[in-house]
Amino acid sequence: MPNLKSPVALEQLRNHIMTRRPPEQITVSVCGGTGCHAYKCEDVAAALRQELACHPGGRDVVMKVTGCHGLCERGPLMVIHPQGIFYQRVKPGDVPEIVAETVFGGRFIDRLLYTGPGMDAAALREDDIPFYRKQQRLIFGNNGLIDPTSIEDYMAIGGYSSLAKALFAMKPADVIEEIKVSGLRGRGGAGFPTGLKWEMCASAVAHDGARYVICNADEGDPGAYMDRSLLEGNPHSVIEGMIIGAYAVGAGTGYVYVRHEYPLALKNLRTALIQAERYGLLGDNILGSRFNFRIRISVGGGAFVCGEETALLFSIEGKPGNPRQRPPFPARQGLFGKPTVLNNVETWANVPVITGLGGPWYARLGTRNSKGTKIFSLVGKINNTGLVEVPMGITLREIVFDIGGGIPGGKGFKAVQTGGPSGGCLPESLLDLPVDFDRLIEAGSIMGSGGMIVMDGETCMVDVARYFTHFLTEESCGKCVPCREGLDRMLDILTDITEGRGRPEDIELLQELGEAIKSASLCALGRTAPNPVLSTLRYFRDEYDAHIRGGRCPAGVCKALISCSIDTARCNGCGLCARECPQVAITGEKKQAHVIDQGQCTRCGLCKDLCKFDAVVIS
Amino acid sequence: MKTDLEKVAAIIDRYDRHCDGLVSILHEVQHEFHFLPEDAVRMVAEFLGLPLVQVYGVATFFKAFSLQPRGEHTISVCMGTACHVRGAPNVLNEIKRHLGIEPGENSPDMKFRLETVNCLGACALGPIVVIDSEYEGEVNSGKVKKLLDKHKAAVMEKVHA
Amino acid sequence: MVQVRIDGIRTVVPEGTTVLEAAETMGIRIPTLCHYPGLSPFGGCRVCLVEVKRGDRSPLEASCTLPVDEGQVILTASRKVMEARRVVVELLLSSCPSSKTLQDLASQLGINRVRFKIKERECILCGRCVRYCKEQMRSGGIDFVGRGMASTVSSAFGTTPAECRNCGGCQWVCPVCERACLAGDLLNGLCGGCHNAAPVETCLVCTHCSESVGAGGHRVFHQ
Ligand SMILES: Cc1cc2nc3c(=O)[nH]c(=O)nc-3n(C[C@H](O)[C@H](O)[C@H](O)COP(=O)(O)O)c2cc1C
Ligand code: FES
Repeated sequence: MPNLKSPVALEQLRNHIMTRRPPEQITVSVCGGTGCHAYKCEDVAAALRQELACHPGGRDVVMKVTGCHGLCERGPLMVIHPQGIFYQRVKPGDVPEIVAETVFGGRFIDRLLYTGPGMDAAALREDDIPFYRKQQRLIFGNNGLIDPTSIEDYMAIGGYSSLAKALFAMKPADVIEEIKVSGLRGRGGAGFPTGLKWEMCASAVAHDGARYVICNADEGDPGAYMDRSLLEGNPHSVIEGMIIGAYAVGAGTGYVYVRHEYPLALKNLRTALIQAERYGLLGDNILGSRFNFRIRISVGGGAFVCGEETALLFSIEGKPGNPRQRPPFPARQGLFGKPTVLNNVETWANVPVITGLGGPWYARLGTRNSKGTKIFSLVGKINNTGLVEVPMGITLREIVFDIGGGIPGGKGFKAVQTGGPSGGCLPESLLDLPVDFDRLIEAGSIMGSGGMIVMDGETCMVDVARYFTHFLTEESCGKCVPCREGLDRMLDILTDITEGRGRPEDIELLQELGEAIKSASLCALGRTAPNPVLSTLRYFRDEYDAHIRGGRCPAGVCKALISCSIDTARCNGCGLCARECPQVAITGEKKQAHVIDQGQCTRCGLCKDLCKFDAVVIS
Repeated sequence: MKTDLEKVAAIIDRYDRHCDGLVSILHEVQHEFHFLPEDAVRMVAEFLGLPLVQVYGVATFFKAFSLQPRGEHTISVCMGTACHVRGAPNVLNEIKRHLGIEPGENSPDMKFRLETVNCLGACALGPIVVIDSEYEGEVNSGKVKKLLDKHKAAVMEKVHA
Repeated sequence: MVQVRIDGIRTVVPEGTTVLEAAETMGIRIPTLCHYPGLSPFGGCRVCLVEVKRGDRSPLEASCTLPVDEGQVILTASRKVMEARRVVVELLLSSCPSSKTLQDLASQLGINRVRFKIKERECILCGRCVRYCKEQMRSGGIDFVGRGMASTVSSAFGTTPAECRNCGGCQWVCPVCERACLAGDLLNGLCGGCHNAAPVETCLVCTHCSESVGAGGHRVFHQ
């Protein structure tokens, strides 16, 4: 492999790669993201490899396993270029037909095409699918085009040209200025202006000149996985962003802090780092610019709080991840006491785009105070589960209904929770809220890292508040009192309510405790942790009242407040539930409607899950 | 059981004996021995030049580490938000009932270990159960028994082979 | 030198001073717990909260870890501060009800009930002992282990650390006297804090019937 010694050499290499890739080249890409992996996409890939090997024309077809395409609901996904035909839910058994019919025959296979609610005809290409049509996939779109383990693929789409531009056509201060002009705000949660952070770091005094840049890939929010998909699907874009950032602030070493739960992201990142080093894009004298920079990997150990920047720094230093008070901010005193820029994966991935296309261009996207696009992970009770990238300022309704395809099963939309565990639950009346950093905070939620969990009529909001509080209690580092003790006591109260022991005064107590935790905690974990409780109290107060005063759970979730019974009209007496019931609470003659003994029943829900006739009713 | 400290030393050396590798080193040690043996932890502290109590603190801070031996096969139930709203608690209860253990515990024969995790990032398939890196999607409590039987059989087969 | 305004009074202090120290020089008393002279600031107990006026926002910060900043406007006993501080002390008291220090603090703040479930931990994780051992004795045999509600102060593997010189400093600085109370074996029983144990009156509501205590609450015993 060539060690690139100048920007010209990089361009020559790019041209060389392009000449080997005519536009009419047939390419079949199989999505290999973790979502599709769980659908066993590797079997599809293996079948395809075998099929192409057997086929006489198979040698001329390029096959790629790419990163996540976003529409995880319909995995495994396959796209056939140059036409861009989009197949979903592909099984290994479909592969011979795909190769014969579509790859070489140019015909579509109707059953593999996407159809969805509100569509007249099946969609042929990604762009025909409503899920993709409203998106603006500036950062995430390349995932489907490149093989993440191939640096050449990344170069073929213009990769590392922004780096060359920064190193040779811009001074470090120019790069910072460009980022400032773009209005980019951190995508990790707090939305701090990135340019300002870089400027702070660049101007901080570093005694031995050492500075660091860090990529925060700890992504602990349950239900959010865009950072992982970027690292898995396009690691070079993050690396390129980091090198540009390092050049701007004068850092010699970078770290990527990755969750250990993300093995594929780690693997692809390691491969990418090795490739970048071989090509001379990392290491000494990058592209002959005399700029030196290296990246090391640091791995997490399963602690949500380590996503908090000061905790993350301690963790890299080999200490437990307890956050500390800021100031001093990491930009002045960070890793090993040196000025440090710490940004989120998605923030870094935006940097090459801004450097390449310019700050003013980028600043045209989004709203007044929130520029650019944001990737959200749309999960929960939604038809199109997946990752979506949209311009800031789009409304929740557009995301949930136009892109997400609405709620399955006709249960009706109840709430969307944004911002991960410490975000808030927003009700239907706020569906027209434009999504940007400031508007979400006004509504009592946060942008967070971009998780969006959709809830329907079967979701109990008190149970959800309890769930998040439980999560945060477990993830609290334990350093400061309001967060450690306060969340624990809050959980006690919520558990009481969901188990039927709630008292009318509890609501006021929750409110008071929530406000205190929010204002008194040391780090942002505690300062946002009461959001789920406070926002559900604000928007779903009636559900709390139903639990406390009415002694019932309207959504039928809280076990102490519900009962299971069998709808005699539907039960045909198959006896499956009676055989499996752990409490032996179900009795009945064969072929006769069964009954549940309410005294024995523990409402585990097994019978409901087992019943093929939907005869178990929860009330 | 005696810990093979040479293996530990080799792992530490792979990370240049730099403290920024502490968590990675502990991961590898745990991978090797299925848990963190006390003498290995002492060795890591000594080689990296860190106070022992600090390394111990890190080992107890992170959920991924265990200072006690763990069961051979790990069953992880995803309790992430998306899985929660789709019914993961019922699935977990059912698995607990079948194995007779709580999350964080091992089955008496040390074959299985039950764990909960917060989001595996495959939310489209929730609720998810992962048995030794094999993903099982769209699980509900009714499917648990079959799932466990399948894996128990697979484990037995391996034992016999 | 930096000029700041605390509770409406202007003062000038050297750069690097904390707000707590600045207030002290003016005779304004801010209650503290994890703070200890001679030890590095920790910021864990949150008793020393103050309100910092920043435009239309006025966040609460721990004064013991907050460095003064030019033109800063600080309120040490505003309503917002007192409300949060009271909840914090109430929480502390519910985890260490028999600590004399905490009872005195509660009494100063006019707290006469605990509405949360009492979970006696006998340690509030203020970390004074940890920092004393590390910073004053240069020993560092004890530290925080575990996480969240499960975190404790301990030595590695729970055995007597090789570094311990038996100085007893950890027990001496402990505000809830947990370590002192266990100090029966220490030669001179340094602080005598074990005699501080005073019972908390509990109400009928909380005996085994429920997880939390509710707004009716425990009454706290104090002199
Ligand atoms: C409890 C907690 C968890 C966090 N988790 C993450 C995370 O998983 N990923 C992330 O990028 N930022 C996370 N953050 C935000 C970081 O502290 C920090 O603000 C961010 O990484 C800065 O990068 P940005 O400016 O690019 O957003 C978390 C913050 C808190 C308080
Ligand atoms: S005294 Fe300031 S936080 Fe404890």
